[in-house]
Amino acid sequence: MRVLPRIFLISLLFLAGCEGAWNDPYGESGRGGMTLYSSFAERPKHLDPVQSYTEDEAHFTQQIYEPLLQYHYLKRPYELIPLTTLDVPRARAIEGGKYTVYDVRIRPGIMYQPHPAFIAENLSLDRGRVESLQSPYQLPLGTRELVADDYIYQIKRLAHPRLHSPIGGLMYEYIVGLADFAKKAKLEDKGGWLDLRQFPLEGVERIDSHTFRIKVRGSYPQFVYWLAMPFFAPVPWEAEKFFSQPGMAEKNFTLDWWPVGTGPYMLAENNPNARMVLERNPNFRGEPYPSQGEPADAKNGLLADAGKTMPFVDRVVFSREKEAIPYWNKFLQGYYDASGIGSDQFDQAVRMSIEGDATVTPEMEEKGIRLTTSVAASIGYVAFNWDDAVVGGSSERARKLRQAISIAFDIEEQINIFANGRGIAAQGPVAPGIFGYREGREGINPVVYDWVDGKPQRKPIEAARKLLAEAGYPNGRDAKTGQPLVLYLDTVSRSPGDKAVFDWYRRQFEKLSIQLEIRPTDWNRFQEKVRKGATQIFRLGWNADYPDPENFLFLLYGPQSRARSQGENASNYANTEYDALFERMKNMPNSAERQRIIDRMIEIVRRDAPWIWGTHPKEYSLRHVWLANDKPNNMARNNIKYLKVDTGKRAALRAQWNKPIVWPVVLIVLLLIASGVPAVLSYRRRERMAARPA
Amino acid sequence: MLAYIIRRVLYAIPILVGVNLITFLLFFIVNTPDDMARMQLGTKRVTPDAIEKWKADHGYDKPLFWNAKEKSLTKTIFFEKSLKLFAFDFGAAEDGRDIANEIATRMWPSLALALPVFLVGLAVNITFAMLMAFFRATYLDFWGVVLCVAMMSISALFYIIGGQYVASKVWHLVPISGFDSGLQAVKFLVLPALIGVIAGIGSGGRWYRTLFLEEMSRDYVRTARAKGLAEATVLFRHVLKNAMIPILTGVVVVIPLLFMGSLLSESFFGIPGLGSYTIDAIQAQDFAVVRSMVFIGSLLYIAGLLLTDLSYTLVDPRIRLE
Repeated sequence: MRVLPRIFLISLLFLAGCEGAWNDPYGESGRGGMTLYSSFAERPKHLDPVQSYTEDEAHFTQQIYEPLLQYHYLKRPYELIPLTTLDVPRARAIEGGKYTVYDVRIRPGIMYQPHPAFIAENLSLDRGRVESLQSPYQLPLGTRELVADDYIYQIKRLAHPRLHSPIGGLMYEYIVGLADFAKKAKLEDKGGWLDLRQFPLEGVERIDSHTFRIKVRGSYPQFVYWLAMPFFAPVPWEAEKFFSQPGMAEKNFTLDWWPVGTGPYMLAENNPNARMVLERNPNFRGEPYPSQGEPADAKNGLLADAGKTMPFVDRVVFSREKEAIPYWNKFLQGYYDASGIGSDQFDQAVRMSIEGDATVTPEMEEKGIRLTTSVAASIGYVAFNWDDAVVGGSSERARKLRQAISIAFDIEEQINIFANGRGIAAQGPVAPGIFGYREGREGINPVVYDWVDGKPQRKPIEAARKLLAEAGYPNGRDAKTGQPLVLYLDTVSRSPGDKAVFDWYRRQFEKLSIQLEIRPTDWNRFQEKVRKGATQIFRLGWNADYPDPENFLFLLYGPQSRARSQGENASNYANTEYDALFERMKNMPNSAERQRIIDRMIEIVRRDAPWIWGTHPKEYSLRHVWLANDKPNNMARNNIKYLKVDTGKRAALRAQWNKPIVWPVVLIVLLLIASGVPAVLSYRRRERMAARPA
Repeated sequence: MLAYIIRRVLYAIPILVGVNLITFLLFFIVNTPDDMARMQLGTKRVTPDAIEKWKADHGYDKPLFWNAKEKSLTKTIFFEKSLKLFAFDFGAAEDGRDIANEIATRMWPSLALALPVFLVGLAVNITFAMLMAFFRATYLDFWGVVLCVAMMSISALFYIIGGQYVASKVWHLVPISGFDSGLQAVKFLVLPALIGVIAGIGSGGRWYRTLFLEEMSRDYVRTARAKGLAEATVLFRHVLKNAMIPILTGVVVVIPLLFMGSLLSESFFGIPGLGSYTIDAIQAQDFAVVRSMVFIGSLLYIAGLLLTDLSYTLVDPRIRLE
């Protein structure tokens, strides 16, 4: 019994010996300099800019790699500005519009991060040397200047026979000669390092060491947006050669896991299971903080650092947090600088005013936590399969049925019940903040809403019932057969909690006396059904790749039909006029004429109602008082260079919030000891007890 | 004994083939190679060509069991993917990372948590059960059993969330989650280990109490008492020794599995062990990792059963393995 108190005492002494708060999850290495603390839930699959496409991965890749362009951090609507170029490349039509060329001029003097690939001797290591390495950075490090060839090399990597670029197929259609290049490279691929420099690519031409030209088929104005994504970030050939050496892959030393970039940060610790650490790239040229923004930015202190050289933060520690509860509690303890808000934490973090404005709760306010909100450039919708015999097609009957359901399906209620009010009801396919989206009265969907007292009001259910009767289903029954109308909704079911959502869906259809059968399934089967067009009604969503209406309107473009051509038009909607207008609109610059065409396209789809227009999610994020320059940007993820941390304030508040409370532990130990006393006494008494008389 | 061990090792081969086959069947009933490709390539802008290319590059463009075109059993997914495991060639995960390297790295955090939970838990459970057995039919025994039943009825998740809330959020004694290398890991392991031990007291205490009570009703215990031995001596020197066979049956078999880690604790406490590796692989439909982990799990379980048999000979001289 004497051992336990000793262990307890030693444990207390050990904890007391720990510097800082006892519950501080960061070791000694986490202190000093300006460090930003963040988290990641999913382990990144790829950090190779030619393969990486998810938002989780972008938090790493976009701090390290520098594509040609970037989005202005503060201005809205989103504006493309140069990143490594001298200017935003302008499209120039040649051969009577058969091709478009972009001349790209790279800024001279940009240097790569320190990396062993830039030392010639490191490109011919023996296997034993490789096997002895714990990190590639244990080798001598070098650097070199960024040149046009690095971008050309990366564009060729889009067609690398052993890499899987998500946009490879799309770029084959546009970049001249890329598809042929892929075939040739595949034929020449013998394993090991495939030097792509040896194969010419017709559509990409080197003009001089810092200039190159990209040739695109026809007109594709959206191409310039792709130049702001890591797919068009430079990759030095030396890096590919370095990581292709024998023994590297077995040590998980690959370009996919050890990025080599010119950006403000470099990956210093790569443990996707627990922690990823970015450190300031000592060779980074420095970039001035923007001096212009939206009118409210100056008031919000977002222009206080205008003109100062970025990045401000020296180190970024990303810790893996798979579960929401520990993540949230660590944010409240000050161990993460910013946080999203899960549904379970919403009431603890946010309160809504009568006017519907969101503010933080007194508990958060007391800690100095601030809330920022932004509407995401995305849409969640409920789609009708255009090929379905009951709800699909362009007949008046089917159209009125879809319109009736669209009115009955109360999106506002859904947002309030299931998303804590975090979203706005969509009026069409285009998200707010994107060219073509209209605010106010002229922006409402007249099929579903009326404009009443200066705001949209959903049409009464009677209007939906009238449409349903006109569609041939009075009171939810087929007028010809008298049979009740039964519809089927396919959806992914992830947890028992989905039942409440499904019940709510049924109630929306019950308003029209329509019976809704929900067919929940897993993600794979759901995708398969949508691909085969074997659905009637289903839920889906879309996050914009770039801020152009084409990136939303193509979701309803006929030739993109999922069932017919495996495209992104999951509802298989087809309308000749819409398709013709889309083809005109997609190649136009933003203008009054383009707006007019978009208005007409939206009018067509509102009337046809191939989707229940669903929700544009509203993103809520919290940040501590010590974090500055944080502004949501739905397009760019290279935001860390703009952020600033008041480390002194953070340390003081963390210490104040995390004082250890030891007395309950002492009390528990004493209670345990005390509870053992009767047992010891009883044992002794029994041992000393004399034998009982027979 | 050597012949016995060799025979058991040979028996293990068809078992492992069977486990492999079942894992393979179950996985591919739920996930087709196309699903796997889509999961890896993402859902946006994935063309049928890209899917075919991914399958070809990863060896999933072949038939599952029988290649009718080539009239071959070897040019199939099952042969190429699953049978290599017998040579401990785990290959690469679908994201390109080397599985053997991952296992070698991640088994240490798993072990760092599982070993203290196992050893301290065993000691605490046996001591607690001994106490209940010693005070059998008294109020201490009664309330001990009530406590055990209550503790058994509580979900492991409750212990984890409750423990994190009280020890980390309210008392600020240890980090809520995370992991570090070397001695720095201790502060991250204290809470999950303590929770692991406490969560196991209910079932462990009851199980060992039953074993001890059964032993205590035997003649040799009466004889020991009759010759005037102290009750502690009777319990620890005689009862515990004779209860070792059922204890070893439950204990030795799990020793090799300690490497496999805990699925729940590792997720909630952010410990980068093999438990969370397995969960991640299932969620990511990463067949390469799933089959490797199932194979290693089966292998370790078989090793555990063999070790259990061998341990019987150590605690009971009457047992001979032939």
